[in-house]
Amino acid sequence: MAFVAPKETYSGKVYQVNIGTGANALSFGGENVLPFNAFEGAVPNKPVIAYEVQDVPPSDWPENVQKPYSSVSGDPVTWAKFCQETLKAKAIALRLVGTHPDRENRSPEDAAKTVKDVLSAINVPLIILGSNHAEKDSPVLIAAAEASKDKNCIIGKAQEANYKTIAAAAMANNHKLIAMSELDINLSKQLNILITQMGFDKERLITDPMCSALGYGLEYTYSVMERIRLAALTQNDLTMQPPMLADVGMYVWKIKETQAPESEVPLWGNAEERGIAWEATTAASLIMAGAELLIMRHPKAVSAVEKVIEELV
Amino acid sequence: MALSGVEIFKLLPKTNCKKCGHPTCLAFAMKLAQRQATLDLCPDVSEDAKKILGEASAPPVRPITFGTGDRAVKMGEETVLFRHDKKFVNPCILAVEIKDTLSESDITKKTEEVLSSEIDRVGQKLRIDAIALTNVSGDKAKFEAAAKIISSKAPNVPVILATTDPAAAEAAAKLFAGKRPIIYGAGPVNAEAMANIAKAEKAILGVTAGGLDELSALTEKIKALGVEDMVIDSGAKKAKDIIGNNTLIRRAAVKKNFKALGYPVINFAQRDDSLHEALIAAVGIAKYASIVVLSSIEKWKNLVMFTLRQNIYTDPQVPMQVEQKIYKIGEATPDSPLTITTNFSLTYFIVSGEIENSKVPCRLAVMDCEGLSVLTAWAAGKFTASKIAAFIKESGIENEVKHRELIIPGYVAILSGSIEEKLEGWKITVGPREANGLPAFLKARTA
Repeated sequence: MAFVAPKETYSGKVYQVNIGTGANALSFGGENVLPFNAFEGAVPNKPVIAYEVQDVPPSDWPENVQKPYSSVSGDPVTWAKFCQETLKAKAIALRLVGTHPDRENRSPEDAAKTVKDVLSAINVPLIILGSNHAEKDSPVLIAAAEASKDKNCIIGKAQEANYKTIAAAAMANNHKLIAMSELDINLSKQLNILITQMGFDKERLITDPMCSALGYGLEYTYSVMERIRLAALTQNDLTMQPPMLADVGMYVWKIKETQAPESEVPLWGNAEERGIAWEATTAASLIMAGAELLIMRHPKAVSAVEKVIEELV
Repeated sequence: MALSGVEIFKLLPKTNCKKCGHPTCLAFAMKLAQRQATLDLCPDVSEDAKKILGEASAPPVRPITFGTGDRAVKMGEETVLFRHDKKFVNPCILAVEIKDTLSESDITKKTEEVLSSEIDRVGQKLRIDAIALTNVSGDKAKFEAAAKIISSKAPNVPVILATTDPAAAEAAAKLFAGKRPIIYGAGPVNAEAMANIAKAEKAILGVTAGGLDELSALTEKIKALGVEDMVIDSGAKKAKDIIGNNTLIRRAAVKKNFKALGYPVINFAQRDDSLHEALIAAVGIAKYASIVVLSSIEKWKNLVMFTLRQNIYTDPQVPMQVEQKIYKIGEATPDSPLTITTNFSLTYFIVSGEIENSKVPCRLAVMDCEGLSVLTAWAAGKFTASKIAAFIKESGIENEVKHRELIIPGYVAILSGSIEEKLEGWKITVGPREANGLPAFLKARTA
């Protein structure tokens, strides 16, 4: 029996989202096939990796991922410039973690100033993230969205508890929006519907089904992403067609495997290489499940994933 | 694709004789379609029907056992494309390449690395499963000599003998007689000679060709020569081709029941850069490889590969569970706080991660609730006041801590009174509802 390639044609496609302005603007998404299945359809864009930068020094990051930034991370502007110029970052994700009430509890005005300063120092697209405190994120992200008006940033994350104010701010200031729910395809769909019912354009959304680190629930994120992507392609479900985000760095660099020194766990090998490989492998697995936008921390992990992306397209 | 229940029913005797133990032929047909019954239960089925059903009911990816004894590993038997549909069956085998150009001491060293690669993770023993000896020298004598070293140092490790020279393959295979090695491989040029050796040595045959057309033709030819157990290599080396070809092979097998590609897939991921190699291997593990060959097995890399393989191959319908016990987080002393949660692995990972982040040393009591999360376990009557009280009493924790205070998840605040009644002398404190509230909660207590 002769071989006939069992190719699929899907009825749906992933929305293409563009971010930033000018020569360094970027697009991701846009494919009408499963990840890297270019043999049967169009894959117009590669996944984009954004370097994570914080508004406060990364004292909570493990030493091995603090090190590459030790001379620049005292100030978000220097840090962001270093990512763009030295590390050749294609995009930057500014996490306003210092606004968290349990951290420095910075004000929305402080956050707005940081956003403005960072934006004036870089020309690659910017992702602006709150501290993941549902209540505090509302005023912080409203101020941040206004401070970055018309710069075509991504604002996030809108969750069930705070999506109204954050989506309205993103809409009023011409930004894209991350909608995050917790590891459940139905919650994810419902949140996308709620946000679009406010009049927010579904083609300006990015879905974050919640990331998990390798060994710490990665399989849940992986399967939720695969199911979302299949719903988008095979059922042409318009509410499931935004591209997906994997917020890899913050989940990976808090687990034991990225911190424990080799002296404590000799069987686990070199801690620095282990941490980098942990972040890179988590990211590489999730791009195969459908993630198009990644937020990462270690420069070596980012280059390794970019290298594998080059080989995948 | 496998036959449906109704299609199978049409081929059965339709006598409803019940000899198979099912009330009707249709009920039996349904069980057959779900692979919950086998055709040999029906004494009256015709030879024709047996042939059709036998072919259709064989797993779409042929089951093969590689190696023998304790270290034997199973391959194939896969039935789906996505792990959320059904559990991926036989975890991808990880093999390390040993080149026959290496010195005797280097071959010994690498072999020993394989033997000492075992790590325990969430109760499973994980290791590098196999060695792939490659005839890089092109010299038969060198290949045989290297095979001798491996067979004496690691007699129980499954071995892939990679050479295109039939004479070298035969000489090496004899050193692994009766141990089910893989001879890799047969290409369009040497297929017949290699098939004869695989048959004589009862070995599995690795088959390789440039592309899927040629590969299908070749496996059919080799099957006709009498070799049933094959592993296949589409020639893909680049990540893009690994995903593309592996996907088409799995689809052809599972959705079209295309037998010529219904074999376990082997991918070669070797790269100069070890981290890059790990990511290429990750592509293979996630996307349908049954064997991935690596060039190096550093400890950090093994841990990453083992963990990914474990994640991809867990059963999506059975929650991963962690062992019931009281875990120490940080340098916990007899005065450190004691918290409790359920044994769903995700719950445990998130709660223990947040406690670690708080930098407050703690004890975390993890109670067996059959892998349910806190609210579900409470709703199902598995995380109740009396069960929690019994667990705490029996755990022996009263000899380990000086205080008598237990912190319970905020979602089960309602239980605090009844636990206090059942657990004499203990004070119950209600913690945050979500794990991400733990750092602030714990820090506030110590402040």
